[in-house]
Amino acid sequence: MIDEFATVWEHRDLLLDGFGNTILISLLAGLLALILGALLSTALMARRKSVAGLATVLVDAMRCVPFLLFAYLIYYGLPSLGLRLSNWSAGLLALVIYHTAYMAELLRGAWLQLPSETIEAGRAYGFAGMGLFRRIILPPVLFAALPNLGNQLIQIIKDSAFLTIIAVTELTHAANAIQGTYFVPFAAFVGAVLLYWVLCLAVEAMVGFAGTRAEGWR
Amino acid sequence: MGLTAANWLALLQGATFTVALSLAAIAIGIPTGLVLALIRWQRVPVLAPIAAVLVSILRAAPAVTLALLIFFALPTIGVSLERVPAAILTLTLSTSAFNCEIWRAALLALPKDQIDAALSVGMPRLLRLRRIVLPQVARAALPALVSEITLLVKVSPAVAVLGVVDITRAAVRIGAQTYVPLPPFMGALLIYSLIVFVFVRLQRVVERRMALANEVLR
Repeated sequence: MIDEFATVWEHRDLLLDGFGNTILISLLAGLLALILGALLSTALMARRKSVAGLATVLVDAMRCVPFLLFAYLIYYGLPSLGLRLSNWSAGLLALVIYHTAYMAELLRGAWLQLPSETIEAGRAYGFAGMGLFRRIILPPVLFAALPNLGNQLIQIIKDSAFLTIIAVTELTHAANAIQGTYFVPFAAFVGAVLLYWVLCLAVEAMVGFAGTRAEGWR
Repeated sequence: MGLTAANWLALLQGATFTVALSLAAIAIGIPTGLVLALIRWQRVPVLAPIAAVLVSILRAAPAVTLALLIFFALPTIGVSLERVPAAILTLTLSTSAFNCEIWRAALLALPKDQIDAALSVGMPRLLRLRRIVLPQVARAALPALVSEITLLVKVSPAVAVLGVVDITRAAVRIGAQTYVPLPPFMGALLIYSLIVFVFVRLQRVVERRMALANEVLR
């Protein structure tokens, strides 16, 4: 057992490389999904019934889809649309599209809780359309949704492990490669699970810290 | 989509098998989660902190990584599992951790005077648990437990990495036979999302029933 961990330690750069890739793809996907989700949330909250209805159906449908099957669909579907992407970009694209729906729904939830006086005050000062959304609505909505956004980022990190099936070299893929080459499955996967744990704890801690800081700015 | 009737049948069989695996995991995972939550709630020495750390790690572990860990690593410590039991164990461990948090939240929300009242009539511990604590806690936890069932059903195609012939593997097989991988994945996604949708509806029904029941109680 100790030998196993020693072998993994010897090849830690492989595991850490995968860990770095997991962090990079998750953060990038989280950021892009948040931006697109914010745009999509305006469609969910649109006063035009047809727009809001269509967006709601799309978001609700996406939230019924299992990510693994969705990742396969994107991976095999892109070439038939004439798009040739690397596995890494295809994985990122799958994460972004999938989690945009969740982000939009989270932001909608926080938006519904926003007191209407805030928006009316913004209108009274001449804010309208995108300016109203960006300057008046979005800041308190992001603040209120912060803990849920953190949980969603953790979900993205966990979903990124699925990308091993389309050979994205993230943490689980690295652990699998190490166990396959050196036959140290126990140490390799325990190491990977512990790294995921550390990452999720770090996200929770950062969200907590950002929450108290944002409270201070108000 | 260019799928034959036999293909659809194979996908349906795969989907049924995946759902069956999740339901088995749920049947074991809900009581296991309760036991873990009671251990933490009663602050059982030694066991309580171990349960806390274990639950925290399991909640951060992606299903794919956990499945690989269980399937490849357990044999090195002398426990060798077939693919199907390994798949059920993976899903059970994951859902137990989330169920533990749900049960624990319900236990912590239980008013202390309920316990005091039971103590005042001299109820012994187990009777108190059975007659006073569990009925109220089960009510409070039900909506969250049903929501966790939906989440587990959605994540369970992950066990395909173990080579279980579930929905994902069925789609991979058809793709390998026909050399066009996209249609079977579209079919699989459609079938499986509809199943998840049924669980989401079920969740709404439970939530509405609970809300009504709470109105009556008040």
